[in-house]
Amino acid sequence: MKDTVSRQRARVATADRAALAPYTVWAVLFILVPLVFVAYYAFTDNAFHFTLDNVKRFFTATSTVIGSDGSAQEVRTYLLIFWRSLKLAVISTVICLAFGYPIAYIMARAAPRVQRTFMTIIMIPMWMNFLIRTYAWMTILQDKGIFNNFLTTLHLPAVHIIGTEAAVVIGMVYDYFPYMILPLYSILAKLDPKLLEAARDLGCSGWGVLKRVVWPLSLPGVISGVTMVLIPSISTFYISQKLGDGKFFLIGDAIEGQYVANNLHFAAAIAFVLMIVLLLCMGLMRKLAGRRVEGGL
Amino acid sequence: MKKIIELKNITKSFDGEPVLKGINLDIYDNEFLTLLGPSGCGKTTLLRLIGGFETPDEGEVVFLGQVINDVPPHQRNVNTVFQKYALFPHLNVFENVAFPLREKKVPKDEIEKRVTEMLSLVALSGFERRNITSLSGGQQQRVAIARALIGQPQVLLLDEPLGALDLKLRKDMQVELKKIQKQTGITFIFVTHDQEEALSMSDTVVVMSEGKIHQIGTPIDIYNEPINAFVADFIGESNILDGFMLEDFRVTFSGQTFDCLDKGFGYNEAVDVVVRPEDVDIVSLEEGQVAGVVTSVTFMGVHYEIIVDVGGFKWMIQTTDFVDVGEHIGIKLDPDAIHIMKKSEYSDLYGDYSFFSDEMEEAVEGEVKA
Repeated sequence: MKDTVSRQRARVATADRAALAPYTVWAVLFILVPLVFVAYYAFTDNAFHFTLDNVKRFFTATSTVIGSDGSAQEVRTYLLIFWRSLKLAVISTVICLAFGYPIAYIMARAAPRVQRTFMTIIMIPMWMNFLIRTYAWMTILQDKGIFNNFLTTLHLPAVHIIGTEAAVVIGMVYDYFPYMILPLYSILAKLDPKLLEAARDLGCSGWGVLKRVVWPLSLPGVISGVTMVLIPSISTFYISQKLGDGKFFLIGDAIEGQYVANNLHFAAAIAFVLMIVLLLCMGLMRKLAGRRVEGGL
Repeated sequence: MKKIIELKNITKSFDGEPVLKGINLDIYDNEFLTLLGPSGCGKTTLLRLIGGFETPDEGEVVFLGQVINDVPPHQRNVNTVFQKYALFPHLNVFENVAFPLREKKVPKDEIEKRVTEMLSLVALSGFERRNITSLSGGQQQRVAIARALIGQPQVLLLDEPLGALDLKLRKDMQVELKKIQKQTGITFIFVTHDQEEALSMSDTVVVMSEGKIHQIGTPIDIYNEPINAFVADFIGESNILDGFMLEDFRVTFSGQTFDCLDKGFGYNEAVDVVVRPEDVDIVSLEEGQVAGVVTSVTFMGVHYEIIVDVGGFKWMIQTTDFVDVGEHIGIKLDPDAIHIMKKSEYSDLYGDYSFFSDEMEEAVEGEVKA
């Protein structure tokens, strides 16, 4: 009897494994193997001998930049680029979260028809190619572009946006916004409305309900939203080239540049360092959020 | 006794569908009041009006003399135990119970003390750090009660709180709830569709259906003196027969005249006669006031439930003596077994046990033919 049960279980397990096989093969071929290659390239030289030079170069390479006052300054090239990438990515993520959270919350509470409409509106831009979307923003934000024409017809002074950090941030926010909304919406829609009533019943004002019940329960959605916006925006390269007029060289641009210049080993080293930093960030965030969710005294 | 809540002429509709049709109800301090009725009768809506989650279309909700129609839930001194508990899954047992105190910024050591006391009241000492999801249904239930009581509300609202528990646990919780109510002296307003639960726990039972209150009274009053056929049928089993009053204390039904305890009806007034199945005596044919044939016998554990055909009307009788199907028996009724009600809109809807037996017969015949 017990034997049949365990045999059955074994059979189910075999079936499960069989069903997982295609994905396992896919994951090994296209996720694991490339990662191994990145690491391998990062720590080898052109003759494929082990070396730490590439990683060292990332941290130590310097170049001279001309400050706004005309004086020349020596800077750590890649650390500066990395810092700039991180800054713009964090700003974009914060903006996405600040706008995305209320919208996702309103959506989740709205009538089903309104929810579907909202969802379509948010998804439509994703049907268009990423490059086309970025070009569209170029024509909108140019000095003589659609946005400034609009301002001129209203007799307002034109603003210079293209080629500034603001333009890069606008592009990132636009491109990655749906990735923030979707996980937030799906978790907020699942929130039991009775919990909100219970919180009000137990003395919370509207703000208190948000702070003490809605926000903590939606943290898993916040974490996945932040992850899904922060990671692609930190490593983006195309948006900064087009909307930043090439003035804001980002870490993604650096990887691309080295790759195009056939410096595969150094490109791999930059990618490797970026990956480690991102993993550390995500791990830290999960830990912090986890502690909040646990509650306790 | 002090009135704590008064509901005055309350009406409420959802999407043009009336749910409450003119509710008047006084609730007194320290009582255990049950709103009893079938699902969709408006009892939960009434509870939500008191809790502040709905506002009445017309009428007033009065709390200690003040109209509170527009006071939001968090400013009412009333707490709710929700149907499926609505415990906060991101907080442990201690933090769930401490939730209202943290909102009021109660000092830490006082929170510690009050939560510990409250958890011991609901027999959950030692569960402070446990995860909500690791608790059984009965334990979650008790956390919900502790959380609702810790803010020392004057009224506790309970929305079918025992519905999700199995029978034995439900019985235990009924006793426990009653005990907690006695200990704390808080007014409990309890919503249920389970008449047995209502009778065994309450000081006052309010029977509702279709957005109206039918009867308010003690469990014994409601059971013994139902006001109409709906209440008689909803609270326990009842045989409800057409009859008419000859004079005070004399009623005719089933072709016989009986002594009864009711008076104050008009001469020859048509009435509904209620006889509870457990109040019928089975006797020999000669001794019986009415004669009938047993058409079915069901063993129920403590008693047999038998259906007896008396001239076409089927009675339900509960007896501890065994009789066989097809047996001719006599029925005898003592005056206190008979309860007379005025005719109402519910008169011919309830109380004849031939309804479902006929249906069964047809179904069985149909099956045989097929």
